[in-house]
Amino acid sequence: MATTIKVKVKLKGDVAEVKSLMLHPMETGARKDPDTGATVPAHHITQLMFDNNGETVMTVNCSTAVSRDPYFSFSFGGARAGDVLAVRWVDNTGESESTEITLG
Amino acid sequence: MQIGRRLFLQGSVAAAALLAIPRALLAAAWPEKAFGAEAAAKAMTELFGTDQAAPSTAISLTAPEIAENGAVVPISVETTLENVRSVSIVVEKNPRPLAVTFDIPPGTLPDVACRIKMGQTSPVTAVVQTDSGVYSASKEVKVTIGGCGG
Repeated sequence: MATTIKVKVKLKGDVAEVKSLMLHPMETGARKDPDTGATVPAHHITQLMFDNNGETVMTVNCSTAVSRDPYFSFSFGGARAGDVLAVRWVDNTGESESTEITLG
Repeated sequence: MQIGRRLFLQGSVAAAALLAIPRALLAAAWPEKAFGAEAAAKAMTELFGTDQAAPSTAISLTAPEIAENGAVVPISVETTLENVRSVSIVVEKNPRPLAVTFDIPPGTLPDVACRIKMGQTSPVTAVVQTDSGVYSASKEVKVTIGGCGG
């Protein structure tokens, strides 16, 4: 299945540099639709989880102040080529999306 | 000890129900109160139990001096502090100051980056929670065009 999450991982020794980009509107709930004047309801990612071989390496808790199409980067140690990094987000409406990438 | 068939079945059902709980619920819950707080101090208290953070030169906060577009302000935080548990970004003058919190398990480096929205010119504070306390570093970011919609 096509995913809207893009993940790139660069291995430097046993440190994995993770760069990730999600497609999401990240509506604050304060913006008004320019055509109708109606308030656009809040719609934003709340939690983003990265698991390497099933072990959590990062959890990001987001507010509406995270920009549209969020970008996050971080690094973790103890990584090896062949490890499987799973990325998953959930948003405030209960939608979710996930993907996996093999390191190396 | 002999386990009755009925008891065994009940146990199996309970175990199956536990397995069916989505992973998201098992992870630490999204800190709704901290994100809903309309003052930076309240958000800090919700997250850390205190609104006091010791300024630290061991935290390096990278943010633009002037953000032309408040909708996309790149922020990165790195620290040499040890045993870091979380890194949070607080924008004092946003309607809800707490922008994002990174939970950092052992093994993950305290070096994170993301892009946030800023409604207006404001101090941006990186708050780092370690096993020994709460530390911070701040920088003023000037915003030319606000990015909170409206």
